[in-house]
Amino acid sequence: MPLDIYLNVGVSGLLTGLVYGLMALGLSVIFGVVRVVNFAHGEMMTIAMYLAIVAFQAFKLDPLVMMVPIAGVLFALGYVMQAGLINPFVDRPEHSQFMLLVAIAIIMVNVLLLVFGPDARSVQTPYAFDSFAFGRIIVDATKVYAGLAAIVVAAALFAFFRFSDIGKAIRACADNYTGALVVGLNVKHLYALTFGIGAACVGAAGAMLVLLIDVTPPLGPQYTLLAFVIVITGGLGSMPGALVGGVLIGLTEALAGLLFTPSAKSMFAFAILVLVLLFRPQGILGKRAS
Amino acid sequence: MTHAGIPRHGLALLGALLAALIVAPHFVNDYLLTVLILILYFAYTGQAWNIMMGFAGQLSLGHALYVGLGAYTAATLYVHFGFGPWIGLLAAVPVAMACGAIIGFLAFRFGVAGVYFAILTIAFAEFARIGFDHIAYTGGSGGLFLPVAQYTQNDLWNLRGKPIMFYYLMLAFTAAAFLLCQYLLRSRMGYFWQAIREDEEAARALGIDTFRYKMFAVMISAGMTAVAGVFFAFYYNNLFPEQVFHISRSIELILAPIIGGIGTLFGPILGAFVLTGLSEAMTELLHTLGIDVPGAKQVFYGVCLLVVVLALPDGIWPWFARRLGLARS
Repeated sequence: MPLDIYLNVGVSGLLTGLVYGLMALGLSVIFGVVRVVNFAHGEMMTIAMYLAIVAFQAFKLDPLVMMVPIAGVLFALGYVMQAGLINPFVDRPEHSQFMLLVAIAIIMVNVLLLVFGPDARSVQTPYAFDSFAFGRIIVDATKVYAGLAAIVVAAALFAFFRFSDIGKAIRACADNYTGALVVGLNVKHLYALTFGIGAACVGAAGAMLVLLIDVTPPLGPQYTLLAFVIVITGGLGSMPGALVGGVLIGLTEALAGLLFTPSAKSMFAFAILVLVLLFRPQGILGKRAS
Repeated sequence: MTHAGIPRHGLALLGALLAALIVAPHFVNDYLLTVLILILYFAYTGQAWNIMMGFAGQLSLGHALYVGLGAYTAATLYVHFGFGPWIGLLAAVPVAMACGAIIGFLAFRFGVAGVYFAILTIAFAEFARIGFDHIAYTGGSGGLFLPVAQYTQNDLWNLRGKPIMFYYLMLAFTAAAFLLCQYLLRSRMGYFWQAIREDEEAARALGIDTFRYKMFAVMISAGMTAVAGVFFAFYYNNLFPEQVFHISRSIELILAPIIGGIGTLFGPILGAFVLTGLSEAMTELLHTLGIDVPGAKQVFYGVCLLVVVLALPDGIWPWFARRLGLARS
């Protein structure tokens, strides 16, 4: 019997981990290309979550349907942030970039607080209590949908970077900044697109996550940290690494919550981060940083 | 960038500032006194953080860890064993220094640098936050409380007394930190730090033991920050892991030196005055306007930060110093 519990919790952690992975993928894409650590990442995700809640409460629109338009809104937000604020900071020292994004994050958290108040909000979908049974494993339907959607979005993103011209141009910027300038790429524009794409990932992840957890404005910083833990575990700048890291952290949190106490679960995520930084600083799938 | 020495009219300015701060409590009300204590607290912790980042170029985003360790060490000794804060200080500083040494050793030996180092420091602070939530001996998430009573006498030995005692204590700490930083910056080690900050490879090529001096920077910074932690514990009389170790505390600590000017001696002090002043002024303003909505103040605060970061990316002090004719290129 206990094995069933572990399997159930494990599968549920894995599916949640996929959504975490998608969120972290956004951070990883941004860092991999723009070389700026987005300290407002979790805050951007809470914005997406509130958008999903507004759409659901006002128009009864399912978050899984709203995922695409919300990703679009976040894309625009990301593009404007990079083009208007962050581009001049690309060459500046890390602490300067950090200050800029912290200021943005403070504004985001508190605007949400002003607009929506401090109470937790959630979405009650008709399928909230549905579940699928695979033999003895029973999984929440919402988690299955969210996990599958995360895989689809991630696959689309991989294809975009692999096959499209813009995706190739963005990779060129990441590989060789000077070279990209020399061949005439509009690097500032491509950086803004990249930040937009990263923001779109986190937007899609937020729309899914709203099905799994309640949202409050202070959730932002926590998820910024979680995204850091995941991308560093998987490898900053590595796209598959972000997904692998997300699944690993999702599983760890789920099992730690079961074996110890739920309130201590993120301690294990941080313990994994410390171990990874010490023994494989480039992350599980990352390339050695220069 | 940094000032090797302070010009004469700079010294005069410094003297005037110190004199003003010494007589200030006689001219301000209780509320302003607490604001001044807060300013000095952030000036002091900013100075401590600046040693690591401003002097040696190691970005720590988890300094709340050292505040928390200092606070919890001294408070635990006081609550459980009756040892006073000065004895607690003797324990708190080594504890924080040891913790700083462990983080520094792990990071610098394994080549964890830059962004990765910064996130490692966050990870340790978060680890401590969640850890202390589960330690029943120090009160867990329910908090650790120091016995409070109505004190008419200022007892400096036990740090029980009126705000004015805490004010002068923090002023003394801040002045001492300024002198120490001034000394360190011009010492042999200070020049090694600056060499490491500017180009670590080149510093190593010159024969500087970069590992050793980075370790010193972390340990001195951690030890100094723990002193602020002891003050924090006895001033506020209550400690909650969720508040003391929280990432927002770490960010709060480093705003003043970054806004003021990283690597400068006056930056942390100026930054603390500007930021705390700004924050309190906003509270007053919103109160007068009758706007009492959670988040309103922080939105303005964030916008002001954004404006400063965009307008003066090197901080206020370098710009201000040029205006005063204090800067030597």
